[in-house]
Amino acid sequence: MVALAVAEQDLTSAGASLDVEGVSHAFDIDGTVLPVLDDVSFGVKPGEFVALLGPSGCGKSTLLRLVAGLEPPRAGTLREDGDPIRGPFPSRVVVFQDPTLFPWRNVWDNVALGLEAQGILKSQLHRVDAAIDLVGLSGFHKAYPHQLSGGMAQRVALARALVNDPKILVLDEPLGKLDSLTRITMQAEIASLWQRKGFTTLLVTHDVEEALFLANRVIVFSDRPARIKADIAVDRPYPRHRGDPKLAELRRNILGLLGLDATW
Amino acid sequence: MSTYSASKAVALAQSAEEGAAIAGQPLSLPVSLSSGGTGVFASLAWVGFGVSCLWWQDIGDWSRTHQLAAAAFVMSGGIFLATVAGSRLGQFNAGLQRRAPWLLASALFLTLWEVATAKLAWLPLPFFPPPQSIIEVYTDDLPKLLDSIFASVKLQLGGYVIGATVGFLTGVSIGWSRSVGYWVHPVLRFIGPLPATAWLPIAFFTFPSSWSASTFLIALATGFPVTVLTWSGVASVSYAYYDVARTLGARPWFLVLKVAIPAALPHVFVGLFMGLGSSFAVLVVAEMIGVKAGLGWYLQWAQGWAAYANMYAALIVMSLLCSGAITLLFRTRDRLLIWQKGVVKW
Repeated sequence: MVALAVAEQDLTSAGASLDVEGVSHAFDIDGTVLPVLDDVSFGVKPGEFVALLGPSGCGKSTLLRLVAGLEPPRAGTLREDGDPIRGPFPSRVVVFQDPTLFPWRNVWDNVALGLEAQGILKSQLHRVDAAIDLVGLSGFHKAYPHQLSGGMAQRVALARALVNDPKILVLDEPLGKLDSLTRITMQAEIASLWQRKGFTTLLVTHDVEEALFLANRVIVFSDRPARIKADIAVDRPYPRHRGDPKLAELRRNILGLLGLDATW
Repeated sequence: MSTYSASKAVALAQSAEEGAAIAGQPLSLPVSLSSGGTGVFASLAWVGFGVSCLWWQDIGDWSRTHQLAAAAFVMSGGIFLATVAGSRLGQFNAGLQRRAPWLLASALFLTLWEVATAKLAWLPLPFFPPPQSIIEVYTDDLPKLLDSIFASVKLQLGGYVIGATVGFLTGVSIGWSRSVGYWVHPVLRFIGPLPATAWLPIAFFTFPSSWSASTFLIALATGFPVTVLTWSGVASVSYAYYDVARTLGARPWFLVLKVAIPAALPHVFVGLFMGLGSSFAVLVVAEMIGVKAGLGWYLQWAQGWAAYANMYAALIVMSLLCSGAITLLFRTRDRLLIWQKGVVKW
């Protein structure tokens, strides 16, 4: 009981809460307004792992850009631990679908980017090494991005995010472009990293299985403009098993929500 | 059946081995000679050049013919010894091997040149001086030549560094800031394509000295391509890089210095190469017209005195300096852009 309480406290200290309140957003494309988010509201508890699931191009990634603070929403507010999000901040780090490593920097320098940008690199050198070790790339400090495989590059991108000790880790389909074997391995790694570090995680994906394997909650979005269709709790213990019949059942439900249950 | 074919195969293999051994036998002995064969021929060709200097009487009055022949023999001896020493010289030998065909070809060219000018006068004389008369320039007119080299390098270096720096800063500013671009871009469009030499007459009476005028013109010739390419480099940096850096806490200055500039650097170097080429042209023209020093001036001066050997001598030095500068820039780029090696084909 006591141990549980301690664990609970650890979780709250590592992760931040996130509140999305009545957020709407739209793009101007050649003068026509294209709505992408329509009155989206949900809350994420500290340390929770929430997956955002929806059809391709529905506006999930846009929502992540708003969470990251890269753009302000047209309407509504986003709050991190109760404070409105007004711009990018290293407590909310994004891992994008493409690793977008800087090709002119080697692995170490890429991972060091965040600390360098915040001007604290000189006193925190060990954190870079630790982050590289964490994603299992200890021998690759001096390698340039073009020498890495897709999976390794994405690990570097993950290390580059984790080195900042984020309170909210924002994952924008980070495994979308990897081969299926690497994807399975990295899903397990992300799950164990999240459990160890306790940061709040927001994952955009269109892989139902991935969402169910990783998340505490799966929020299903409609077609563009994205509205919340369902908010499903995945109440299964970690580490999860892909063959879990409960997950299979949830998967079927979710595919039904997405109108794809005919093939199941 | 199978045993038969197997034994046949063995026999075949054996005979093939023997064949190779036989073929290898006569090759293996003079192997150092055969791989150094071109070296031996190059050495002989240099002897030939030396002999060609001495065989006939010079048809003109040149004082360095014998020294030239002696130098050719020394060269020949050097090539021969290095070839015979072979692999014992290691790295040096490898370099020699690679250059042997060029050593051979240059000896043949020099021989032809010597014979066609100093000996048999196939080419009209004052306009086509023989090699020894150019050597004579280097030995007898050295102080003046060195002064000219020094003046040219100083002028070129000053103008180029100023032009490249201003061009780089301008390029980064207009690539980064829309409002700077709004004001600078039209000016650049209007003035940039104008050849810098068109400013020559104006520059020479508006600037206090011909030296400062020339520096300005060289800077102008360098600055335009550097500006345009730096600008296009900065403007073409992917937004994704900025997004990544911003989410990691980067401020605008960091985005400029650590994202925009490194990403634009390959373009910047293209601009630096183009600027170097066009600034050489301006340097020579400026020295020929206004500046009373430098290799361009030396060329002009030599032409005035019909000292054609001096002209060729200066031209050779000039080409060595220009290609040296380009090589230096290439080396700098290779060092700075080592990361590109696996990304693009150089």
